[in-house]
Amino acid sequence: MNEKQEAPERQDIEQLLPWHAAGTLSRRDAQRVEDALARDPELARRYALVRDELAETIHLNETLGAPSARAAEKLFAKIDAEPARRAAVSLNLGNRIADFFASLSPRTLAWSVSAAVFAILLQAGLIAGVLLQETKTTGYQTASAPTTDPGVGAFALIRFAPQASSDDVTKFLEANKLSIAAGPMAGGLYKVRIAVTGIPKGELARIVKKLQEDKVVSFIATAE
Amino acid sequence: MQTTPDEVLISRIAGGDRLAMQVLYARYHVRVYRFVLRLVRNEATAEDLISEVFLDIWRQAGKFEGRSAASTWMLSIARFKALSALRRRPEEELDDETAGQIEDQADTPETALAKKDKSLALRQCLTKLSTEHREIIDLVYYHEKSVEEVAEIVGIPEATVKTRMFYARKKLSELLQEQGIDRGWP
Repeated sequence: MNEKQEAPERQDIEQLLPWHAAGTLSRRDAQRVEDALARDPELARRYALVRDELAETIHLNETLGAPSARAAEKLFAKIDAEPARRAAVSLNLGNRIADFFASLSPRTLAWSVSAAVFAILLQAGLIAGVLLQETKTTGYQTASAPTTDPGVGAFALIRFAPQASSDDVTKFLEANKLSIAAGPMAGGLYKVRIAVTGIPKGELARIVKKLQEDKVVSFIATAE
Repeated sequence: MQTTPDEVLISRIAGGDRLAMQVLYARYHVRVYRFVLRLVRNEATAEDLISEVFLDIWRQAGKFEGRSAASTWMLSIARFKALSALRRRPEEELDDETAGQIEDQADTPETALAKKDKSLALRQCLTKLSTEHREIIDLVYYHEKSVEEVAEIVGIPEATVKTRMFYARKKLSELLQEQGIDRGWP
């Protein structure tokens, strides 16, 4: 790489050196600077100057001292003279939540979290139990016709139009006696059962072509 | 140890919580004071301004939306107060200490020593920078503000923040050069 090509990149990196020294760059920029420093000795020398400036700026500021107690007295006298304020009602929800958690002691917070986790697990167990019970007693019902073997029948892969509502999709499935056998899969595809028994390829292609015309369908193709 | 986040303190201040104000003051008054003092270069003025800055924080706490760090918001208020005070104050009111800092160009015994002590020279030169350059150097190096935060405090685009910092450092090198210290940059 010649110097003319390198100059703008070096200038760009050089401008970031003060923030790199202060540790306030994003991880990505910090890595860019680190890489440049590793391959450019002149830039590394200039970085040493930046670090000197940083150290002496901190030193200078630290020698400036602090305001006297008079400043605080003056401030709080002014605050006390201000009209009384109603408790703020416009605090945003995030602040209220943060305020609430900040007010809890670590022990209380730990117990609260444990109780919440237990409640969630209990609820998940109950829901799973109900679902398993339903599966055992009634089996999976399709929109077209009940079947006990999910691999039996004629199928198509379908992607619904993004603007189609769930109501539109339900009506479409019912009207065409289709049922969803699997999905959603990658690309928003669903596998739908067109018939509970195998049908000739020509007949399946004709049905798929007809379904393609519905505005609810964005893509459809026969599937094994 | 668990500390209350600044944003929570400010929301309590918005509700009139004086204790929260005391905590916030204890947390930030030294930093804000030093920022203001470096701008106005007069301790009495800086002390007066600290009261004004925190009084504004008390009054405006309800408007703080938490989009930026609380310290960034407070330094913005402090900067506005300091620059307003500088505009009000005639040049001749600069105190002796400040005048000494500004006019320290001659080869005084102190300067002679500074030539030997690069660190001291660097600190002296930091005090000789313009207000604009001093504030950006302090915000970046001492107050640890990112490019975005400096842009917010100073009210300039991020690209300008970078170039202004570059020129502040360049000026620092020139001042050192005047003291006989060549950094070999720029």
